[in-house]
This record gives sequence, structure tokens and C-alpha cells, in this order.
Amino acid sequence: MELQKFTYDNKLTKMFLFATVLWGFIAMLVGLTIAFELIFPRMSGEIEWLVFSRLRPLHTNGAIFAFVGNGIFLAIYYSTPRLLKTPMYSKTLGLINFWGWQLIIVLAVITYPLGLTQSKEYAELIWPIDVLVVIIWVVFGLNLLMTLVKRRIKHIYVAIWFYIATWVTIAVLYIVNNLQIPTSFLHSYPVYAGIQDALVQWWYGHNAVAFFLTTPYLGLMYYFVPKASNRPIYSYKLSIIHFWALIFIYIWAGPHHLLYSSLPDWAQALGVAFSIMLIAPSWGGMINGLLTLRGAWDKVREDPVLKMFVVGVTAYGMSTFEGPMLSLKTVNALSHFTDWTIGHVHIGTLGWNGMLTFGMIYWLTPRLFNTKLWSKQLANVHFWIATTGMLFFSIPLYFAGFTQALMWKQFTPEGYLAYPNFLETVTQILPMYYLRAFGGTLYLIGAILFLINVKKTASAGKFVRYEEDAAPARPPAKPREGWHRKLEGRPLQFTVASLIVILIGGMVEIIPMYLVKSNVPTIASIKPYSPLELEGRDIYISEGCYLCHSQMVRPFRSEVERYGEYTKAGETVYDRPFQFGSKRTGPDLAREGVKSLPNYKPNSWHYNHMLDPQKLNAESIMPPYPWLIEKDMDLSNLSSKIRVLTSLGTPYPEGYADGQALKDLEAQAAEIVADLKSAGIDVEPNKQIIALIAYLQRLGVDLYSGNSQSQLSEK
Amino acid sequence: MKIVIHTLEQINGVEIYPIISLIIFFVFFIIIGIQVFTADKEYIDEMKNMPLDGNDDFEENFDNQLNNKNL
Repeated sequence: MELQKFTYDNKLTKMFLFATVLWGFIAMLVGLTIAFELIFPRMSGEIEWLVFSRLRPLHTNGAIFAFVGNGIFLAIYYSTPRLLKTPMYSKTLGLINFWGWQLIIVLAVITYPLGLTQSKEYAELIWPIDVLVVIIWVVFGLNLLMTLVKRRIKHIYVAIWFYIATWVTIAVLYIVNNLQIPTSFLHSYPVYAGIQDALVQWWYGHNAVAFFLTTPYLGLMYYFVPKASNRPIYSYKLSIIHFWALIFIYIWAGPHHLLYSSLPDWAQALGVAFSIMLIAPSWGGMINGLLTLRGAWDKVREDPVLKMFVVGVTAYGMSTFEGPMLSLKTVNALSHFTDWTIGHVHIGTLGWNGMLTFGMIYWLTPRLFNTKLWSKQLANVHFWIATTGMLFFSIPLYFAGFTQALMWKQFTPEGYLAYPNFLETVTQILPMYYLRAFGGTLYLIGAILFLINVKKTASAGKFVRYEEDAAPARPPAKPREGWHRKLEGRPLQFTVASLIVILIGGMVEIIPMYLVKSNVPTIASIKPYSPLELEGRDIYISEGCYLCHSQMVRPFRSEVERYGEYTKAGETVYDRPFQFGSKRTGPDLAREGVKSLPNYKPNSWHYNHMLDPQKLNAESIMPPYPWLIEKDMDLSNLSSKIRVLTSLGTPYPEGYADGQALKDLEAQAAEIVADLKSAGIDVEPNKQIIALIAYLQRLGVDLYSGNSQSQLSEK
Repeated sequence: MKIVIHTLEQINGVEIYPIISLIIFFVFFIIIGIQVFTADKEYIDEMKNMPLDGNDDFEENFDNQLNNKNL
């Protein structure tokens, strides 16, 4: 058969490679900075752009979308043409993909420290950037699918199936979770409220892990592990089953992030059941990766690339076992809201994504620059330092998680909370935070060695831009092929099949939740936020308070005792976006404003606490927020916000946005100013702190007022 | 459980949703299982070796190149 000649262009591969190395370093540096900020709360130096709660989204998004994101494109732009025996479809689309993605990252780096956020974890980007993400994602998808159409081989290798599933699922997740109505160019409210918003967010949040951190990296594993070990994948049959089972089951598991919340029981049960089922395909994948190296273990001993792959795939196995365990309700009752979760996700990102990325780049760089790795020894040092760093990071956090959860739940023989002061449970685990920062430092040092090694290797060699290859034209399909093999030969149908498979789980969970109002029983006393409280709530969101303070009291005796009534679904109907949070570095705030509860604090306390938390609690690890006292509220957008909320169903009176809202806001602000004055604090009514205090003092109040109060006492 | 029953009552034919989806997946999975285990070896081997197709052992080639240059 006649061979057709063609060339691979390595330019984009090189660009994505450098972007991965650079953004990886930056994401880890920001991560280490915030790890230190938890130990030294005043480290941000009262500079608002450097405070923990604004930098944390930068770290998580940086690690996921900048480091791993560029790693995904690197793997795809290198392996796809070689597996399909054709160059990528369009260089222009590739360049738009590259520069568009870097632009999105730069915009994130600018907007997060400025406090511009949607407050949905890993989806914090504001709506104009969301639009850009969708456009760039479509450009990437078009380039990938058209390359598939132009391919010279008949059947598509399993790595590419994982790339297709990644593209199609992320597109669905990202769009559904980011449906927002803009109130201005920089601000919007989600179309979902409260518990429904929470379900959609964690359906997205969990599957961002599944389809951004996992499936593309499985594709990467199925290509680069065989390449680096020079032997085929252990079982191709297993990989087919692995693929379909994984993408089908993963999409159902999201609700395990909301166990014991006010999410209906049926949704919680589905989330748990499918999480447990996930062990099977995940471990199938791990076994397939590790057994590929059978008979090559002598190479593993010497080759830093293979060492990293082995630790990476093992970390994948560990964290996909731990995840289902954490989703068991009994375990989750302990682990949720603690540092255990942080330890868990870092085994995934530092181990699985980090090690696989390092291994892939150590393998690729010498090939792209036609030289040898600058220092194999340095890569080995990096391997050890990264592995140790990962363990020093996660193991202390497991201890911290256990310890704090047990302290939260401990009662005295007399039936009182043994540690009623939340701060006590924080100071107890601080030594673990030191160890975590040490682990993070080690890992970052490893990343610096990596950067040096890649740079030196690149400058020692000469970049090979074009690589020649030849293959026969695509053979026609045989008439009597099985249907799955036919499907493998038809990329568009394959994409649709993947889409249907992932939509099944999503639809069964989400449709009943947000089409049926009765899923959220109403509570008569729950009223919309006043304009001042709404402003305060948006400031709360903008500062990222939700990253350390939950607003979700779970139905446990220990929590009801500590915080008050557990959270009901009906309380959240006006919460756009929901503010359940996922971590309690500080106490829960769902009942903060209820005067009859022990946690209640007067206005003056909140004022002083924002100004200088350590003055009130010497051991507090909350950073100061003095700018809230200096900065004015931005009310230019108020009527637009009220209008959007009204259009979404919040029952403000007719015409409320035109004037009355502002009058109400000023009146409520004046009351708080007067109260602060009586406590000896002089502050102008237009400062942000006034709105924030109004919001904090509203939390939980409705549930405890009027009718619901008597209903509660009857219970 | 009240909330579950109530929800299910509200959607027309909702009780069939999870059952249908599970059946679809189960059937799909079984068929894939059968296809995979009866797939012919030649095809599986061809797919398996796809990443290795044209795989030059880089280190060896590189050493050879160096040696050739030295000659």
C-alpha cells in the first residue's frame, strides 16, 4: 500500500510544555504562600490582594486549570497526531487554543486577588471570563474532532477516547454550572438558588476532578506509560471496560460532597452508592497502568520517568480508594469540613497529576530538543523530594482532620461540649499545619529542580520543530465489524455516545432537583435579604469568607449544640449563590446572627474582629480585613442586582429597585452606625463593614423568628 | 422520605428514569463485555501496539547518532 508522507509540527507541544512548567511553579508557589498564611495569619500585611481567602481560588484554579490544564493540552497536542497518523487539523486553532488559555489564566490571576469571584469552588471565574473559557474550549474541541476526522488509521486508540470524553463532559459541566444572569460586567447571580445551586455546583465540582484531573490524565497514562517503558499496555480489553465504566459511574458521584446537608436523602444515597462503585473502574485503570511495567521493573529502578509514573499511578489508586471511603456517611461525618479533605485532594494533584506531568515532561523534553536529559541525577533527586514532600503534606493533614473532628464531637460526661471554643480545636492542630508547609516547601523545591532541568535540557539541544512520518491512507471499514469497533471508527458518533452516557447520571440527579419546587419545602418565616444585607453578602462572597467558614449545620447533636438548629433546604431559597462552604478553618456561621445562641456577637465585636482578629483572640488564625472599614460600598449596581433577583423569583415588592431599595439600605445602615457609636466606634454609614455586619447579623435569624421558632420548639 | 415520594410524584413517569438509565447502562456494559472478550486477538494486538508504532528507542538511537558522529 502506498505510504503518504506528512509532518508533525512540535511548536505547540513546546509552547504547552513551557506553559505547564511555568504555571505549575506559580500555582505551587501560591499554594505554599497560603499554607504559610494559615500559620502566620498576619503575613498578608493587611494588603487585600494577598489575603488567604482571595489567594486560595488562585491556587486551586492555578493548579487545576493552569498547571494540569496546560499539561492536558501538551499531552493531547503531542499524542493525538501520532496516534492518528496525521498532523493536528489546524495550526491557527491550536494557536488560538494556546493563547486563549493563557489569557484566561492571566485574567484569573488578576481578578481573584481583586475579589472578583462567583464563589463556586473551581468555577470562581466571573461571567465574561466564563464566556471566554467556553469559546476556547470549543476551539480546542473543534481542532481535536477535526483531527479525528482527518486521521489515517481506522480505529481510535483508547487514550483518545479519554480525550473525547474530557472535552464533551467538561463542556456540559462548565456551561450548566455557570448559568448566571449578569447584573453588571463584573458581577452576576446564578439561576439556581440554595440547595439546588449546591447540587449543581458539586455535580460540577466532583466531575471537574473526574473529567479534568482524571480522564485526560488516564489518556496520558495510556499513551506515555507504554511509550516510556517501550511495551504495550497490559490489557487493552481492560482499558475498554475501564473507559465506559468510569465515565458512566463518575458523573453520579457529586452529591457525596453534600452528605448530611439539606440535600434530599435519595440524592445523597445515589452519590454514595456510585462513589463505592467507582472503586472498580478506577482500580482497573491503576492495575492496567502498573502491570504495563511488568518485566520492566529493572528499568523502573533507574529511569526517573518510570519512577514518577509508578508513584503517580499508585497515588491515583490510593486516592480513588480513599475517595469512596470518604463518601461513606459514617466516615464523612468525621472527615467533612476538616483538613482530611485537603490531604486527600493533594494525594491526587501532587501524586497523580504532578508526578505524571513531571514524568511526561522529563520524557518529552529530550525528544523535542534532540538531546539527553541535562541531569538524570537531578531528576532522581526531584523524584525523591517530590514523593517525600507529598507525604509530608498529606499525612499531617489526615491527623489534623481526625483530631479536629473528634474534638468537635467530644462531649463531657455531663453532656456538654468538651471543646465549646472552636479556637481550641484550631490551636491543637497548628503543628500539623507547620508540617504541611514543610511538605509543600519540599514539593516546591522539587518543582524548581524540575524547571532548571527542563530549561538546561532545552538549551543544550536544538528544537526539532518538524518530524516526518508516513502512513497508508485510511482503509475502508470492513463490512462485518462488531458495533463497538465501528463506533471506534466514527469519532462524531463516539462523542455523542460518550455524551449520552455522561448525561444519564447528570439528568437523573439534577432534573428532579431543580424542576420540582416541592423538593425544597418552604419555610414561611424565610424572607429575602434586605438591600444592605445583600450588599454585605456580596462582600462576604467577594472576600472569599466561604473558603474558611461553612454555613451548613449538619444534623448531629454535636453541631446543633455548638451552632444551633441544623440547616433546612427551605432556608436557602434566596441564597444566590449558596454559601455552604466545604471547609471549617473557622466556625460555621449559619446561625451567626441569632441573639439567643451562645455564638452571638454584637456589632462592635464584628467591627473590631475584622480590624484586628488577634486583638480579640490572640491565637486566632484569621487574617485582618482592615480595608472593609476604609472602603466604600459600591451601590451603583444595587438596583440592577435587585432587578435580576426579582426576575429570578425573589419576592421584592414591585418597583423596589427604583429608589426604595436604596432608602431601606440607608435606614438600616444608620441603625448599625448608631449602635456602633454607642459602643464608642465612629464609622461612616457607606463603608463596606456596615453591610457585612448587617449580613452576618441576619444569618439564621429568620429561622428562629416567629412561626418557625414555635415549630422548632415543638419539635 | 416524604420529600422523596413527593418529588417522584411530581414528575410524569419519573419512576422509570433511573430504571431506564440503569438498564441502558447495564445492557450496554454487558454487550461491551461480550464484545471485548470475544474480540479477535489480531485486532487487540494492533490496538495495543498503536502508541509503540514507529517507536524508536530514543536512548539507543541517540547513542548511535553520537557514535556515528564520532566515527
